[in-house]
Amino acid sequence: MAFTPENLARAREVVARYPRPKSAILPLAHLAQDQDGWLTRDAMAEIAQLTGVTAADVLGTCSFYTMFKRDPVGRLVVSVCTNATCLVTGGPEVLEHLEHRYADDPEVTVEEVECIAACGGAPAMQVNYEFHEKLTPDTAAEVVEAYRRGELEARTVSGSRR
Amino acid sequence: MADVGETRIITRRMHERPDDSWTIEASLGSGGYDGLRKALTMTGEQIGQEQVKASGLRGRGGAGFPTATKWSFLPKGVYPRYLVVNADEGEPSTFKDRMLIERDPHQLIEGIVIAAFAIGCNLAFVYVRGEFALGYDRLRQAVDDARAKGFLGTDILGSGFDLDIVLHRGAGAYICGEETGLLESLEGERGMPRIRPPFPAIEGLYAKPTVVNNVETLATLPHIILMGGEEYAKLGVGRSTGTRLFSLSGHVNRPGNYEVELGNTFRDLIFSPQLGGGIRNGGSVKFFIPGGASSQWLTGSDEHLDAPLDMDAVSALGVMLGSGAVMVYDETTSPALVAWRLAKFFAHESCGKCTPCREGTGWLEKVLYRLSHGLGRPEDLDLLLDVGDNISPGLNAPFSQTTICPLGPSAVSAVVSLNKYFRDEVLAGIAAAEVPA
Ligand SMILES: Cc1cc2nc3c(=O)[nH]c(=O)nc-3n(C[C@H](O)[C@H](O)[C@H](O)COP(=O)(O)O)c2cc1C
Ligand code: SF4
Ligand code: FES
Repeated sequence: MAFTPENLARAREVVARYPRPKSAILPLAHLAQDQDGWLTRDAMAEIAQLTGVTAADVLGTCSFYTMFKRDPVGRLVVSVCTNATCLVTGGPEVLEHLEHRYADDPEVTVEEVECIAACGGAPAMQVNYEFHEKLTPDTAAEVVEAYRRGELEARTVSGSRR
Repeated sequence: MADVGETRIITRRMHERPDDSWTIEASLGSGGYDGLRKALTMTGEQIGQEQVKASGLRGRGGAGFPTATKWSFLPKGVYPRYLVVNADEGEPSTFKDRMLIERDPHQLIEGIVIAAFAIGCNLAFVYVRGEFALGYDRLRQAVDDARAKGFLGTDILGSGFDLDIVLHRGAGAYICGEETGLLESLEGERGMPRIRPPFPAIEGLYAKPTVVNNVETLATLPHIILMGGEEYAKLGVGRSTGTRLFSLSGHVNRPGNYEVELGNTFRDLIFSPQLGGGIRNGGSVKFFIPGGASSQWLTGSDEHLDAPLDMDAVSALGVMLGSGAVMVYDETTSPALVAWRLAKFFAHESCGKCTPCREGTGWLEKVLYRLSHGLGRPEDLDLLLDVGDNISPGLNAPFSQTTICPLGPSAVSAVVSLNKYFRDEVLAGIAAAEVPA
């Protein structure tokens, strides 16, 4: 899928902000994920055109970064921290519970992540980059369910406001 | 122990106006941009080499390098030059910059304009950690509002000085917090650190002279200008002047960010009723990690708890104040498990450019995994030290390195600490887990 006309205009604006067009690769990859829900090959090819590099250059850059999903993911990406503080406050238990609960659910992708700078409220997770803190396995699942029912409004899978 | 509290300078507004501290109204209603107005009556040289120098301000990003000295390395007469704000906060258990961005973005913008004016830069970049979605939204709104009020853009407040800010989102890579990895990433590359020299001040972003400063460092500038550098330097101790924001986490009763005058002790931070409030369930400190995951550890001994929050004094103990994180662990904690999780972090985040780091961090993770999961062997601790020695020869702090950046050597800190303080416990654990032949 390529950028919609509206997003294409935004993409050109983004490129123009930088002294060198290649700098726009990360922001444009976020924009593509906002639009498509993941980072498609077509999007990378179009980003290459917009920034004056090859599609391989774009892939080379984007494959370095964990936020870029080069395969389809669920509508909700749940990122659970298990780093040094969450480790000793229940993070691994939250992760295990959510991994099991959503193992076969195409709407929800659960991932283990490194410290998300919410350690004051450990254990913590993000749902599409919105923070949720002081979790137990049960309250974490309730949060995910609230997004599913639409009671909580989710950001895009790249964390932008819709 | 004295009942130590916070000294709120950079966190004052967010505590006074908890419901709207991030708005332009709250900022202007509580002294926001007054520091900028005053700074614009000075010359860049006066700001940097008089006020900031006199303040003794040292970088809050990790290395503690004197800010005025860093600025003075910019070559004379070479333009354009760039200011790059390091808002990529990723050091495990550090969560202060996120708070400064989300809850007082205007204070940061004010600091950016002051720094840019001081060094003669007309385009600044803020590299915001990709996961900070709310922080990015608030910063974007704040930049728009600041521009509308004439604090950004052309001819700022009639001074003739122009500055624009480009907000740039990262995308999930700890190494992009390292300043040259950050610059690579900002140029649209994989975030792999550069060999220095040349240092960014000489050849940074787009090979132009560049200053990279941390969020907290910049957020402090308006206050230094308003108070006067000498007055600011009266706070703190020795060469550690002013306050710092400490991210306290783990088994304390009151985890959170606390802005504390330097020179107080770890004991004050962890136990003061207004700060950490002591250990959960009335327990005691088994060990704590000051300065983020990259630092070596300290224990609950009096010598360690009574060490002052002073960047120089703690280096005598082989640790650092680093990013200001302090992770506290009580007696129930397995140090080997914590060491394994940190090794896993470094192995995941190694950019892969240097062999000792790419391979070594993987080995540390694997050996620590078996050690912390009942599968350890008696020779494992020595094996870990041997692997570590290939990354950081001598295993001494401050660490030597066989690598391009300090990430690799940082991964060795946990291993050295585990061996130094918990060797007997680890060996006993291995013996107890061994299946009799
Ligand atoms: C692996 C690694 C990660 C780092 N991460 C950060 C970070 O997230 N934020 C930061 O400000 N500095 C980080 N630093 C330090 C920066 O390289 C740099 O020293 C700092 O941004 C300079 O700003 P300051 O002088 O104002 O502290 C990191 C360093 C290393 C080696
Ligand atoms: S030390 Fe590690 S993270 Fe740093 S440049 Fe080398 S491989 Fe990359
Ligand atoms: S350790 Fe989990 S948020 Fe920092």
